[in-house]
Amino acid sequence: MTAAVQTGNGRHGNGVAPLLQVEHLSMRFGGLVAVDDVSFAAPPAQITAIIGPNGAGKTTVFNCLTGFYKPSVGRLTLNAPHGSFLLEQIDGFRIAQRARVARTFQNIRLFAGMSTLENLIVAQHNKLMRASGFSVGGLFGIGGYHHAEQEAVELAHGWLQRTGLTAKADWLAGSLPYGDQRRLEIARAMCTDPVLLCLDEPAAGLNARESAELNQLLLAIRNEQKIGILLIEHDMSVVMEISDHIVVLDYGRKIADGTPKEIRSDVNVIKAYLGEAEDEPLPDAVAADLSHSA
Amino acid sequence: MVDRAIPRPISAAFVAQERLKTALAATIVTFLLTSLIVGIETVSSTGELTFNTRFKEVFIVSIAVFFASLAVSHMREGRTGPALFGGGGVAVLLLALLILQYVFPVLTSFLPFQAPIINWGSLIVPTCICVRAAQIAAAERARAEGRVTVTERISKVTQPVFPWLGLALIILALALPWLPIGDRTTSKKVIDICTIVLTYIMLGWGLNIVVGLAGLLDLGYVAFYAVGAYTYAMLSTYYGWSFWICLPLAGVMAATFGVLLGFPVLRLRGDYLAIVTLGFGEMIRIILINWKVVTGGPAGINKVPRASFFGLPMERDVPDGVVSFSQFFGIEYNPNHRVIFLYYLTLFAALVVNFFTMRIRKLPLGRAWEALREDETACRALGINPTNTKLTAFAVGAMFAGFAGSFFAARNQFIDPQSFVFLESAMILAIVVLGGLGSQIGIVLATAVLIGVPELFRELKDYRMLAFGVGMVLIMIWRPGGLMAHREPTIRLHGKGGAKATAKPATKPALEGTGAVAAAE
Repeated sequence: MTAAVQTGNGRHGNGVAPLLQVEHLSMRFGGLVAVDDVSFAAPPAQITAIIGPNGAGKTTVFNCLTGFYKPSVGRLTLNAPHGSFLLEQIDGFRIAQRARVARTFQNIRLFAGMSTLENLIVAQHNKLMRASGFSVGGLFGIGGYHHAEQEAVELAHGWLQRTGLTAKADWLAGSLPYGDQRRLEIARAMCTDPVLLCLDEPAAGLNARESAELNQLLLAIRNEQKIGILLIEHDMSVVMEISDHIVVLDYGRKIADGTPKEIRSDVNVIKAYLGEAEDEPLPDAVAADLSHSA
Repeated sequence: MVDRAIPRPISAAFVAQERLKTALAATIVTFLLTSLIVGIETVSSTGELTFNTRFKEVFIVSIAVFFASLAVSHMREGRTGPALFGGGGVAVLLLALLILQYVFPVLTSFLPFQAPIINWGSLIVPTCICVRAAQIAAAERARAEGRVTVTERISKVTQPVFPWLGLALIILALALPWLPIGDRTTSKKVIDICTIVLTYIMLGWGLNIVVGLAGLLDLGYVAFYAVGAYTYAMLSTYYGWSFWICLPLAGVMAATFGVLLGFPVLRLRGDYLAIVTLGFGEMIRIILINWKVVTGGPAGINKVPRASFFGLPMERDVPDGVVSFSQFFGIEYNPNHRVIFLYYLTLFAALVVNFFTMRIRKLPLGRAWEALREDETACRALGINPTNTKLTAFAVGAMFAGFAGSFFAARNQFIDPQSFVFLESAMILAIVVLGGLGSQIGIVLATAVLIGVPELFRELKDYRMLAFGVGMVLIMIWRPGGLMAHREPTIRLHGKGGAKATAKPATKPALEGTGAVAAAE
């Protein structure tokens, strides 16, 4: 529908339409402007990281993308292989259902009282619901539900193997160690067969070895599934190593956009993270005070 | 108290002091509560109100609580001696008194309480303390010697029994009318009570879908029961429709009301949902009272026809031209036939509800209900339609209540709004919570305990509700997940007993906040 949208900064305009195009996205909560006129593009089969200090509006961008918030202003275009979608016009769960945008959460949201495998089967709900004839067929054992369920288990098994959770498939998800829960959440998102995977701080709370494993997993997902990944992360060892492209937000505005190498040397980014260098000399009184107390 | 981090080593005197404090506090609370509830009772005798005091009981109970508290504190610290021998001693003494009183009537005055049933009931507490102490002691010794503990051994033996327990109960239920349970009158009464119990089991299973699976706390469930009962009563009484036409209609009607209630409350969760459903339940009851033209008002509906045997009426006297059940089969008329038929009918309906629930749990819809209970936000993120999922849960739960309502109306032949008060909702909810949210067999046990036992102990009247409350509190302390808290996964990768399955069944560790706080900055 709206395939040829102009890219924000021409850098990705190398003939391939971006998978996700965010244009002039703003989100206001009353008087508070959480996201202010942010535009960026996420190319297909690449990892795009969104970074920025706490409160920069990263998660708000995610919530707008995945239908948890309705943006105040802005156009969010998804050019998926199965069609184009204007995400800001689709509500809530339908973004995951139709546009196939999957996400994970900053504070892990698993179905803690259900088993690991069940978590992955629930993720394939819509597919299985159709196979079970919206429960009517499944209730009486008519139709291909049994077969569909076996396929779903196979898909889940595949992701359990990739995330190293096969042995714990029948554990309660809530009783898994923290790192396993993080990986299970990614596996669950992948079981929805997404075209865009949004990860909200997947490395939070992981140790160095677990972070490295996560890097491998995300790179493998990008290379093998050929899907776009959008990543919010504070852990720079993850961000700089695996991102193809980084967007930096501060106070709801985009302050930089580029490759990891460009971002590393960007003046605005350094300023946002480390604060500004003192250019002006201190007022006399303060300087005197400081030298006195020293 | 012991595990609190105190910089200096805890002295024995300090521990003893703390123990004493706890025991005294428990004693004072017991004293205050019991003196208000049983200590001073107002009795209306001829023309005036008098007080009936039972200070002996209050005194005994307070002293017992003091020593029991001390014994339990010791038990918690690993010294099981006082609890084991104290509890055991008291239990044995009490038992001896209770038995010997029939031989030597003098001993009756040494018994702690007046009512015999309470004397017998009071045996439970010291026995429980003694058994628990023995259990702890055995586990301690087993651990020291590196053996498997007794509890583990017991659960290993009982675990494979549970799947067969359901089947055994079904066979028992099917055979019940043919078992020698007294003469004609008593057996009729027993089967009748069992029909009531089955109706409540059905209600429990229905509410279990809404509360246990979908996690939507519904305090007005009895409203759907009322809708079902009134639908059947009105259609059959006013229009003379057959039970077999009215039954599905009652289900459909109740389901419609379920959706009607579901729509406005979709956004609400937890406490707010509970309040709205509570209000809905009251609304239905008040409408039933006031809409006199249709519902008969407070007088209710009389002479509701009984369920027919697939078209054959089961009455003694039938109008001309109609063949009754006994005439058709050429047997002598016996009112028990009717009772047994209704019993089987209710049993069949309950089994259908059970079959449905067992089956739907393994279907995507059932899994989505459970997922919704666990985390609605995550469900949205996975593309599950929360609106439809919640509405189906409401509708299905309400439909089963509607069926149960029809059976209720057909059994009683008379319904009025008094049968559908909030206490009924609370009772059904208590069944579900006590049985263990989501557990089918747990609900059967809980219904037997909550409906069956009070029916048997009718002579205790006022104490029944007191014991009920105490029982609920104790269950919530000892088994917060309900009698059957174990949840079997709906699907397994490794099959049963494979891998280290279900490491921690009932406990749900708090997930949120633990890791997010420690997020790497």
